[in-house]
Amino acid sequence: MSQKILLSANEAVAWAACKAGCAVASAYPGTPSTEIMENVAKFKDSINCEWAVNEKVAMEVAIGASIAGARALTAMKHVGLNVAMDPLMTYTYVGANGGFVVVTADDPGMHSSQNEQDNRTLVKFARAALFEPSDSQEAFDMVIAAFEVSETYQVPAFVRLTTRTSHTSTVVDVGDGFGPGKVDRKPYVKDIKRYIPVPMFARPQRLKAQERTEALRAFACGTPFNRVEAGDKRLGIITSGVTYQYVKEVFPEFSVLKLGFSNPLPFELIKTFAASVDRVLVIEELDPFIEDQVRALGVPVVAHTTELNMLEMNAVRLTALRKEILGDVELPAVRRTDEGLPTRPPVLCAGCSHRGVFYTLAKLGATVTGDIGCYTLGAFPPLNAMDTTICMGASIGNVFGMEKAGMKGRLCAVLGDSTFFHSGMTGILNVLYNGGTITTVVLDNRITGMTGHQDNPGSGKTLCGEPAPVTDIGEVAKAMGFKRVVKVDAYDLAALERVLKEELDSGEPSVVIAGGPCRIAAKLTNAGTYEVDAAACKACGACFKLGCPAIERGEAVADGKRFKSHIDPVQCSGCDLCRQTCKFNAIKKIR
Amino acid sequence: MKTTNVSLVGVGGQGILLTSDILAKTAALAGLDVKKSEIHGMAQRGGSVISQVRFGEKVYSPIIPEGTSDLLVSFDRLEALRWRHLLAPEGRALINNMYLTPITVSSGQQPAVPDLAARLEAEYPQALYIDAMTLAKAVGNTRAMNMVFAGALSTLTPFGVEVWKQAMRERISAKLIDINIKAFDAGRNAVKG
Repeated sequence: MSQKILLSANEAVAWAACKAGCAVASAYPGTPSTEIMENVAKFKDSINCEWAVNEKVAMEVAIGASIAGARALTAMKHVGLNVAMDPLMTYTYVGANGGFVVVTADDPGMHSSQNEQDNRTLVKFARAALFEPSDSQEAFDMVIAAFEVSETYQVPAFVRLTTRTSHTSTVVDVGDGFGPGKVDRKPYVKDIKRYIPVPMFARPQRLKAQERTEALRAFACGTPFNRVEAGDKRLGIITSGVTYQYVKEVFPEFSVLKLGFSNPLPFELIKTFAASVDRVLVIEELDPFIEDQVRALGVPVVAHTTELNMLEMNAVRLTALRKEILGDVELPAVRRTDEGLPTRPPVLCAGCSHRGVFYTLAKLGATVTGDIGCYTLGAFPPLNAMDTTICMGASIGNVFGMEKAGMKGRLCAVLGDSTFFHSGMTGILNVLYNGGTITTVVLDNRITGMTGHQDNPGSGKTLCGEPAPVTDIGEVAKAMGFKRVVKVDAYDLAALERVLKEELDSGEPSVVIAGGPCRIAAKLTNAGTYEVDAAACKACGACFKLGCPAIERGEAVADGKRFKSHIDPVQCSGCDLCRQTCKFNAIKKIR
Repeated sequence: MKTTNVSLVGVGGQGILLTSDILAKTAALAGLDVKKSEIHGMAQRGGSVISQVRFGEKVYSPIIPEGTSDLLVSFDRLEALRWRHLLAPEGRALINNMYLTPITVSSGQQPAVPDLAARLEAEYPQALYIDAMTLAKAVGNTRAMNMVFAGALSTLTPFGVEVWKQAMRERISAKLIDINIKAFDAGRNAVKG
C-alpha cells in the first residue's frame, strides 16, 4: 500500500533519488540545500554519495557518473551554482548519458545568504530543463521525472527548490513498496566527437543543444506538471514554484496556469491559456523570468505597481496586489511589529574558537577580509574585526587586491578550514606566485560549522562516517612553497598576538593556522565553567571586548559608567579566553 | 474546515523545532493536510527562532500570513512580544514563563524592556501562561521543558491525547520517550487543572 509521510522538500529529493535508482550523488553543503545530501546518505546502500570539496567538483563528479551511464545527482545552494557553472555550460552541449539531475536551492529573502539570485535565469542560460516544485510531493515526483527527462532528451535537468519548499514539511505519498529503484547503467561508448568538444566537434553539438531545447518546449506543452486549473476566466494567473501556493490562497477563484516545468517555457500552452481568459497576470517570486518571456510572445500582461520582484513572496504581498488590481480586499489588520525590543542577533557561540583570533586582529588594527561561515559574525560589535565578505574563498584574492592597489597597514584574510578546501587553496597560491605579502589566517576547527557540522577533508571522516585521510592545511601551504607557515592554538591569546603581529609585519606571504575545535561539534559546550570574583573585578571592561554571550554586565560602578562582569554558568563552556584578558586575576576556573 | 495557524517562537536551543515537528505529525496522524515551515542557518546561533505549523483539510501557503495566527506559542516572554504581528485579532497566546536575557541586553548594547509583564498583559489579556521549566524540573529533566510546553499546547488543539503521544513515540527515541511523556502529561495537567 502507499506510504504517506511528512517530508521537507530536501528530504523528498533524497527519497526520490533512491526510488529513481540514482547511483551517484555529490554535493557541497549550503543553506537551504544541506539536508538533501544528509538524507541521501540514509540511502547509502544504493547511492554512492559524498561531500565534495566544492560545488564545481560535485557537479564534475556527477557529470562523470552520468557519462559513465549512471543516474547521478548534485545539489547546492543558489550561489553554489555560480561555482559550478563551468562544467554545466559544456555538459549541456555534450548531453547527458545517464540521467543527470541538479538541485538548486534558492534563498529568496536571503534568510542565510549574501544575495537572492534567481537561478532560473542560469538554467535558461545553460539550456537545461527546469522543474519548479511547489511542495514536497512535487519535489518527490519531479526529481523522478527529471531523471527520465534528462535521459530522454539528453539534457541536464534542474529541480529548483526555494527556502520555503526546502524547509517546509508536507505530506508525501512515496508510493507502493518504497525501495531503491533498479536502473541498469546505460552503456558508455567512447565517442570523442561527443565527449571532447573541441571547436570542430562543439559546433555541431551547439546545434543539437538547440534542437533539444525545441523538443523540450514541446514536452513542456504536454507534461501534466504544466496544468490549467480552470476557474473564473476574468483573470488568468500564470505562476510557478511555491508561489502557486500563495496564489491559491489569495486568488482561489480564478483560472491558473501552473508551471511545474518552466524551462523551456511551453509557449503554445501559454498562448492558448491567454486566449481563454480576459486578462493575464503573471505572479512569480524574484525575477520576472516567466513574465518577460510571456510579454515577448506578444501576450499582454496586467501591469501593476505592487512590487513583487524582490525579497520573499507571501500571501500578504499578494493581497496587496489583489487590492490594487481588483479592489475587492483589504489588508488584514495587523499588530505592528515592536521595533523597540532588544534584538537577538546571531553571535559566535560561548567558547567559539574563532573569537580569540578576531579579538587579536581588532587589537592589532588589521584590515580583515572575511569569508563565508560562522566567522562572518566576527564583523559585528564588540569584535568589529572584519571589513569585507564577498563569496566563498574571496577573502584571499580580496586582500591581495587591496595590497596591489596600494593599501597600507596590516592586511589579513580570514577563512575557515572548509572554505579553505573549497576555494582558498588557489587563492593563496596566487598570492605566493605573484609576490604578495599578505597573511592568510585559517580558522581550523575541523568541521563545516555554519551549515550544521558536515565533515570535510580536514575532519577525518566522509559523509557516510567512513574514515578518511586528514589533510593538513599547513602542509598544503608548505608544499606550495610558503616559507612562513605557523600553527597556533586559537585559545592562547598571548601566542595569537605574538604570531599574528610577527606574520602581519613580516613583509612576506604567510599562512597562519589557528587551531581549535568547534565547541558544538566536539561536544565541548559543557567542558568547564568560570566565574568572576566580584571583589577583585575592577570593571575595566576588557573581557566584554570578547563579545562572549556568557559574559554579562554585573554590578554598576562609577555612577553606572562602568560595570563589573558576571559569567552565566549555564552558557559558559570553559574556553579560558576571558581569564586571559583579565589583568586583575578576577576570573577563575571553578570546574 | 478553516485552516488552523500555529506560530511557535522562542530562542535557539529551547526545543521549538522538535515541538513543531510533533504538532505537525499529530495533525498528519489525525488525517489532516499539514505544512510545517522553519528557518535554519544564521538564526540558529542564539537568535530568535520561528516555526510555523498550518493544518486543515487543504493547506496552501507554507507560511502564516501576518495577523492570522490562531495560536502564538512562545517559549520566551520577550519573544511573545516580538512576534505579536503574527497573531490574529481573536487569536490566543500561550506563553512560557521564562525570560532569556538577549546578549544585546546582557552586554549593555540595548536596554531591557522595563515593563515586560505589563506589556504582555496589555497585548494578550487572554494569554495562557505556563511555568514549563519548573514543571520539567519536577519530572526530573530540564531538557524535557519543550514537551511540558507541548502538553500545555495540546489542550488548545482538536487532537486527542493519544494521537499526540503516538506522534511523540514516532519522533522521540525509545530511551527518552518515558520522561518526555511524563513531561507532556505534567504540562497538560497544569493547564487542565
